[in-house]
Amino acid sequence: MTLEITTARPEAALLDLPWSTPLEEWPESYLAALPRGISRHVVRFVRLGPRVLAVKEIKDDIADREYAMLRNLRRLDVPSVEPFGVVHGRTTSDGEPLDACLITKHLQFSLPYRALYSQNLRPDTAVRLMDALALLLVRLHLEGFWWGDVSLSNTLFRRDAGAFAAYLVDAETGELHARLSDGQREHDLDIARINIAGELMDLAAGGFLEEHADPFEVSASIIERYHTLWDALTGTERFESGDRWRVDERIRRLNELGFDVDELSITTDIGGTEIVITPKVVDAGHHSRRLLRLTGLDVGENQARRLLNDLDAYTAATDRQGEDEEIVAHDWLTRVYEPITRAVPRELTSRLEPAEVFHEVLEHRWYMSERAGHDTPIEEALRDYVSTVLPAKPEEKAVLGVDTEEMPVISMFD
Amino acid sequence: MATVTFDNATRQYPGNPVPSVDKLNIEIADGEFLVLVGPSGCGKSTSLRMLAGLEEVNGGRILIGDRDVTNLSPKDRDVAMVFQNYALYPHMTVADNMGFALKIAGVDKGEIRKRVEEAAKILDLTPYLDRKPKALSGGQRQRVAMGRAIVRSPQVFLMDEPLSNLDAKLRVQTRTQIASLQRRLGVTTVYVTHDQVEAMTMGDRVAVLKDGILQQCDSPRRMYDHPANVFVAGFIGSPAMNLMDVPVTEGGVDLHGHTVPIAREDLAGVGNHVTLGVRPEDLDLSSDASGIPVTVDVVEELGADAYIYGTADAKLLEATGENAGAVPFIARVDGRRPPEKGEKIYLKPKTGHVHVFNADSGLRVGD
Repeated sequence: MTLEITTARPEAALLDLPWSTPLEEWPESYLAALPRGISRHVVRFVRLGPRVLAVKEIKDDIADREYAMLRNLRRLDVPSVEPFGVVHGRTTSDGEPLDACLITKHLQFSLPYRALYSQNLRPDTAVRLMDALALLLVRLHLEGFWWGDVSLSNTLFRRDAGAFAAYLVDAETGELHARLSDGQREHDLDIARINIAGELMDLAAGGFLEEHADPFEVSASIIERYHTLWDALTGTERFESGDRWRVDERIRRLNELGFDVDELSITTDIGGTEIVITPKVVDAGHHSRRLLRLTGLDVGENQARRLLNDLDAYTAATDRQGEDEEIVAHDWLTRVYEPITRAVPRELTSRLEPAEVFHEVLEHRWYMSERAGHDTPIEEALRDYVSTVLPAKPEEKAVLGVDTEEMPVISMFD
Repeated sequence: MATVTFDNATRQYPGNPVPSVDKLNIEIADGEFLVLVGPSGCGKSTSLRMLAGLEEVNGGRILIGDRDVTNLSPKDRDVAMVFQNYALYPHMTVADNMGFALKIAGVDKGEIRKRVEEAAKILDLTPYLDRKPKALSGGQRQRVAMGRAIVRSPQVFLMDEPLSNLDAKLRVQTRTQIASLQRRLGVTTVYVTHDQVEAMTMGDRVAVLKDGILQQCDSPRRMYDHPANVFVAGFIGSPAMNLMDVPVTEGGVDLHGHTVPIAREDLAGVGNHVTLGVRPEDLDLSSDASGIPVTVDVVEELGADAYIYGTADAKLLEATGENAGAVPFIARVDGRRPPEKGEKIYLKPKTGHVHVFNADSGLRVGD
């Protein structure tokens, strides 16, 4: 059989990887990190030029399916890992056929939940993870994607201005439909709740879970969070025709949740006394899109919210409310944002993403000011942050390891 | 435990001119293992999901026992989707791995322990209950995962291609495990697969679907010996049944001068032609030059038997399902004296081992 590589970015170096060796036996020289255990499928991280890639060995048809699915999800703009390619036709030097390999790009600055739990955590980490996962699930469901295996280990988390943003990592069981039925959504939630409870109970049994966090309460909370968000995004609202301000109010609420309304259906009853509105198409990324348009910065939704707030503060402080927004934004970028993010010494740049550093410096200034009882200049806060806070943080640019602690269930036998 | 009834159950997707599942009628007995099988897009998974509550039912009803569940949410149906992606948690004991989902459901501790112990007994896991999964062999881990579904003691197990992840060898092992486990538990089970061998080896009964329509629902034996139509005839069996268009003559059908006798009343009203089906093992080498002339292309020697794949001087029908496209004429012959490649042989069906189908409707003629 001949080796067949499907990829959107042909890179000759791909051919140099040892495809005729079972993934489990790849020499260390190729690996970007050593495997820390075992997972359901064999997964390894390899370095290819400037990139780190995740390679997963699975059956040929499943590899193709997942590759296509991940491409679809990227096209739909849902946060997920980026597929890089599929390798078919692998054989050992003896001619024994090997399973295909699905290759995805490692998501920089992302953290597996087990890595998060091995750090010192803020007490509400579990809650913030549920918020992130509920939002991801709502976004997937809005696009008609049924996940089938919702869990913390199939998700990666990125810091997002004090919150987390969740990314789908494993689409093996997923299906894309035109629209999901309520039963399908409920089923995903049920799977989520059971898997998350299991994962948190396991953390608790291993002594990693914060003491007051109850795995059942936390895992059940995803359902409530999901429903609250789903209803806010899709629910129908009725009001008297005199209360038209409520249309704007609804849009404002959706914006605050981070969504743009692309289509809103407005109907009146026959007498025209009652108005009914239902959002038809909503699009996540309200703040990050606005920030991207104004400054070219591509950051997380909460980071964007934070940066836009700071931009507003800058506009007010410099008394330029009447000016063209883009020009003010450009000045803010070069005078405020970039000096801060560029002040991070090179050896510390792999600790946190620039936008997260900016957010933390603002937080740090707030705490310093509170302690001092007066305003601290941003330069001073920055100096203090870079010399005392940032060096104590772990490297997070390339925390590798899918959930390597879980046991294979199906793939190993007596 | 419960029966399951599909009563004219129909699923039509919006914007789709034809239903994906069209008036499905199946009654599944309490404790029965029913396999839904068919080619991709036949509606088998959709049918299973209608039962699970994951697909809306646009027409008809679905009953579990006497209870109409058509409009119930998945979690109110008391069914368990047994699912290939169960993970085991390394820091938890085997007992906790099996029972934790019951804790979520609010089942009290004593009851959980009781159910876990019962399941462990069935799965031969009793000595391991207080150990961590790491201490188990691969096969035992697999059984712990099954235990997670068993302790829920649902009325119905649902399995959608649970083996699709596995390589060929593991498929066979796990297939056997699931089938024997189901028999020990006696829980009504609906199982979906595209693999007819899997269907035939696992199911008490097999339901073959095509284009959303149930073709036949029977025991594997009956399905094999009495396929209800040409589709089922071609789909079930490996290698596939030979299907050919043959002329009707006085007292039977004609195969190059050899008359295969068919009861006169069966041939009434079928027209001049019928579709004749003969399984590869139901053919004899003819000593004279009568029967179907076949030029041997490939001989596959399996020891006791040999399969010959050849080109027949007959109007062969396209095969279906996983056999699709390949339409050589296939015959099983004595492995000690197989014909040689390139040889021309004549084959006759064994008496009573032919299947006759109406050439227009494709339906079986006679018994």
